[in-house]
Amino acid sequence: MTEVVENKTSNRSKLRDVWDQFKSHKGALLGGFIFFSIVVVVMIGPFFWPFEANGIDIRSRNQGPSLLHPFGTDQLGRDTLARMMAGGRTSIAVGLAAMALSLFFGSFIGVTAGFYKRLDGILMRFTDLFLSLPLLPLLLVMMLLFREPLSQAYGPEKGMFVLIVVSIGITSWMPTARIVRADVLALKEREFVLAARSSGTSDTMIILRHIMPNVLSPIMVSATLGIANGIITESALSFLGLGFPPDFPTWGRLLNDAVDYLQQYPERVFWPGLAISLTVLSINYLGDGLRDALDPRMRKR
Amino acid sequence: MLTYIARRLLISIPTLIVISLVIFLLLNLAPNDPMAQVPLTVPPEVKEKMREALGLGQPLYIQFIKWVVQLFWVEPQVFIDYMFETNFSEGKQRVISWQTRSPVMDIVVQRMPQTLWVVGMSYIVGILIAIPIGIYSAYKQYSVFDQVGTFVTMIGYSVPPFFTGVFVIVIFSVQLGWLPSIYDTTHVVVDWDTFKTQLKQMVMPVMVLALQTTAMINRFMRATMLDNLNQDYVRTARAKGLSEWTIVMIHVLRNSMIPVITVIALNVPAIFGGAIITEQVFKVNGIGHQLIGAIYANDLPTVQTITFMFAFLIVAFNLLADIIYGILDPRIRYD
Repeated sequence: MTEVVENKTSNRSKLRDVWDQFKSHKGALLGGFIFFSIVVVVMIGPFFWPFEANGIDIRSRNQGPSLLHPFGTDQLGRDTLARMMAGGRTSIAVGLAAMALSLFFGSFIGVTAGFYKRLDGILMRFTDLFLSLPLLPLLLVMMLLFREPLSQAYGPEKGMFVLIVVSIGITSWMPTARIVRADVLALKEREFVLAARSSGTSDTMIILRHIMPNVLSPIMVSATLGIANGIITESALSFLGLGFPPDFPTWGRLLNDAVDYLQQYPERVFWPGLAISLTVLSINYLGDGLRDALDPRMRKR
Repeated sequence: MLTYIARRLLISIPTLIVISLVIFLLLNLAPNDPMAQVPLTVPPEVKEKMREALGLGQPLYIQFIKWVVQLFWVEPQVFIDYMFETNFSEGKQRVISWQTRSPVMDIVVQRMPQTLWVVGMSYIVGILIAIPIGIYSAYKQYSVFDQVGTFVTMIGYSVPPFFTGVFVIVIFSVQLGWLPSIYDTTHVVVDWDTFKTQLKQMVMPVMVLALQTTAMINRFMRATMLDNLNQDYVRTARAKGLSEWTIVMIHVLRNSMIPVITVIALNVPAIFGGAIITEQVFKVNGIGHQLIGAIYANDLPTVQTITFMFAFLIVAFNLLADIIYGILDPRIRYD
């Protein structure tokens, strides 16, 4: 990333500018802090927490919140906090991986369409086509069709992970592609690209050295939104019962399990729902702040 | 205007065909055996016969053409027969569900009104809430109203419908007992009391979906209003001495509506996705509920057709948005 700007001093001042603008957005700062805390708790929490996510203790089932089990236990006596942390790991991992994949597709198609005029028409029609596909039904269909073979190939958990990440990745790249293409179209006509071309730089090098660093900011903003989208979609699939296997906790799965006990223990839907909502909310605020901070027009104000 | 509409219509036909091809290929190239549920005691040659009876013995392209003909040619004929009591479709093969052995379209026609009713209501409610709030938030930027509005919008944008749905059920059905948690589709409105019951059971699903719509539209409404309010033509209008109401509601609003219409149309897929989940939460027996049922039952023709119906609705809404676009902005018509 250091070759983004010409020399080191201006690099530092640009990052400082971005950070100053980001700091002035209180919501974004708070969002970033909450998201970071959730990630830390979910990642290192299980090492310190005495209960296992799948540790069944039938004698202490259906307990309310107590000092021993702060979030209570479920119908098999499994500790809800431990399950929430294990579920969060999966949900956030799915979100991150799906985001990376969709960014890769989106930037690739966006840059190709923007840079090569011949491919622009067909790639954008392709994007429009994907935008008018009914995505959730198609995701459900993909879950139905590829669940068995992938589970056999990689084991039930890894197979589902691959399947969910790939299906979310290939159904959520379109907004990124559109934004990146628009930016590349404008960048391509700039003098530095012309200069690079006249000095004999190949297309690949122009894209890698001159175009990509300049479209990083819209890509970063889509990245935050992509994580949020990945988490929501995974939870929706798990909620509909077409996600991970039942004994493998994710936030959506926990919510789905809790719905069965809605009449007796209505408080149980609260924790996973709150975790999903809070994570997505903080990511969205983070994205908002990032967009403002990376937009030079906003910074001048 | 007429040529503009005609051109849009013509573009949407290849889109629909390509979408149907995508859906068909996804379902048929997948390594999945529709005969997997058949008991192992059935001899292989009988199984082969069953496959042929389901139309699975033929090459893929013939299967695709047959499906397209059934969907685009036979089903409209059935519709015409139904409307005008003719008999064009007599003896022609329709798309049959493997689950119920009845034509898929009949089921879709039974289920569609519930979905459209809930989705349509929530869209209208969402738009009616979002647009005034967006206008006022932009007009009074950074006021308390704007701050609160933006925060509520952010929540609506972030909290998924499967949580809001369950959450309102916990509050209004389980704790307070005011509203029914299950949507009764057999309910018929005949007088004031039944109308009230209908209203009660519609409130939660519609509001859950409307929250999503409101959040999306409000965000864009506020942003485009802000863009337009700082433009030169607003200053000119003020200098001419027009009233603030005329400036905001006529000049700025009309210009701001164009991107908002696009957002409304582009988010139709998201709303139908939300509708599938909302139907599942509130047990509305709409088309999404049927889709989930068909997926669990491995009923490929139903899954194919319903997924295609969703695509059809999405393309139809995009077409509608394009037409409204043309009405709002004359430049687009002559493009």
